[in-house]
Amino acid sequence: MKAQADLSRPARYSAWRLFREALRGHRGWPRAWRKATPRSGYQVVIVGGGGHGLATAYYLASRHGIRDVAVLERGPIGLGNVGRNTTLVRSNYFHPDNIRFYDFSLRLWEGIERELNFNAMVSQRGTLNLFHTEAQRDLFTRRANAMRLLGVDAEAVDRAGVRALAPLVDLDHGRYPVLGGFLQRRGGTVRHDAVAWGYARAASAAGVDIIEDCEVVGLRAGGSGLDGVETTRGFIGADQVCLAVAGHSSRLAAMAGLALPLESHVLQAFVTESIKPVLDCVVTYGAGHFYVSQSDKGGLVFGGPIDGYNSYGQRGTLPTAEEVAAAGLTMMPALARLRVLRQWGGVMDMSMDGSPIISRTPIDNLVLNGGWCYGGFKAIPAGGWCTAHLLAHGSSHPLAAHLRLDRFAEGRTVDERGIGPWPYLH
Amino acid sequence: MLQLRCPWCGPRDEVEFRYRGDASVSRPAGDASLAEFSAFVYARRNPCGWHREWWLHHAGCRMVFQVERHTLTHEVRGGDPP
Repeated sequence: MKAQADLSRPARYSAWRLFREALRGHRGWPRAWRKATPRSGYQVVIVGGGGHGLATAYYLASRHGIRDVAVLERGPIGLGNVGRNTTLVRSNYFHPDNIRFYDFSLRLWEGIERELNFNAMVSQRGTLNLFHTEAQRDLFTRRANAMRLLGVDAEAVDRAGVRALAPLVDLDHGRYPVLGGFLQRRGGTVRHDAVAWGYARAASAAGVDIIEDCEVVGLRAGGSGLDGVETTRGFIGADQVCLAVAGHSSRLAAMAGLALPLESHVLQAFVTESIKPVLDCVVTYGAGHFYVSQSDKGGLVFGGPIDGYNSYGQRGTLPTAEEVAAAGLTMMPALARLRVLRQWGGVMDMSMDGSPIISRTPIDNLVLNGGWCYGGFKAIPAGGWCTAHLLAHGSSHPLAAHLRLDRFAEGRTVDERGIGPWPYLH
Repeated sequence: MLQLRCPWCGPRDEVEFRYRGDASVSRPAGDASLAEFSAFVYARRNPCGWHREWWLHHAGCRMVFQVERHTLTHEVRGGDPP
């Protein structure tokens, strides 16, 4: 009964509190967030209780004083893409607009634990991109220079440096020898579940209603836009509706009659059995699509490219799994000794230029946060920050002005890879 | 693993093919508006369900053909020449 009395009052987490609860058998911890039941209407209804939806709600309440906010999630919090990614954070992009945006995100990550009073296990262990040809070295050098011009850390690493950072890498592979690497020391990993829980807890404490098991089944049109959303728990009115539903953006937008510049694709991820520490930075392979890091639990978490054709199935097919494993073994032959424990898939909303969308839409009071491709996790704090700004002020945050939906029609695409409107290639 | 039926070579494994995107979009007439051209290049229905799409038999006869595939169950039907 004691725990129930505490339910409405979120307790601050601290070492002292942990010590006290340890002595009391951990019976005094309240729930991290209120289980809200939907009211008839809100100022802002956010569809999607993933990282971006929760972060948007948190910054709306904490930075803009808008607390009349509901976050609707069709299942429990944390089971969507925010719990399915490979937990990497970095800001090593090429386009200046993208560098600024993602580095703002990285700076928010650096203070996220104090901000949310939640241990998100932020670990800036470094992100190392390997290169195998001189052309690739030049490309990475250009990217590193673009970053450094904007005051973002990036450095070149030679073969000895790669060996010191990641001893398991096969430097002298017969076909793809490693010439060096491109390192961002501030990159690293963040515990993804803790990000969802931390934002949910902080948003709830700030007055936001987090409504789980509440699937949106329709958007009700009104006089000048939308009146609200139809859900499995009834109609909920809204002055503004924000979609933050990742791979399902197209489905939700279709309910409002919009076709978005998106395709949904499956991205797989893998984790091996736990072993002693062997890898203390994030490494990406340059001669194939493969990246790997070691989780704090000891498993090697890795992934590769999307499967390559439209899919809403949260599972991958074997050819891509095989391709990822082959790239991994070429880069780090020692991985062959490990067994893969789990493999899973998440549905990505791949945009036509490979960059995200934080934007107003042709429907007056409908705002879209989507198109994150496979870079959504690292962008959670900045994405939430800029989406909250857009909802509060009606205009784009300066850091996200290049992410508007009308950039496609106006020919201002932000094509990070330079390969045009082919989402399955990005 | 998907199995696609190439109209020329018959049923083959997914690894022989390359995906070439949504086959339901068609190029508007030359005098169409900018909005129509923009929708043709960028906007996609991206359905959760049956999807008509282009595939290239990359490692075979190199024919480009259409199939219908369910984007949730990955079930495939068709395999007709364009």
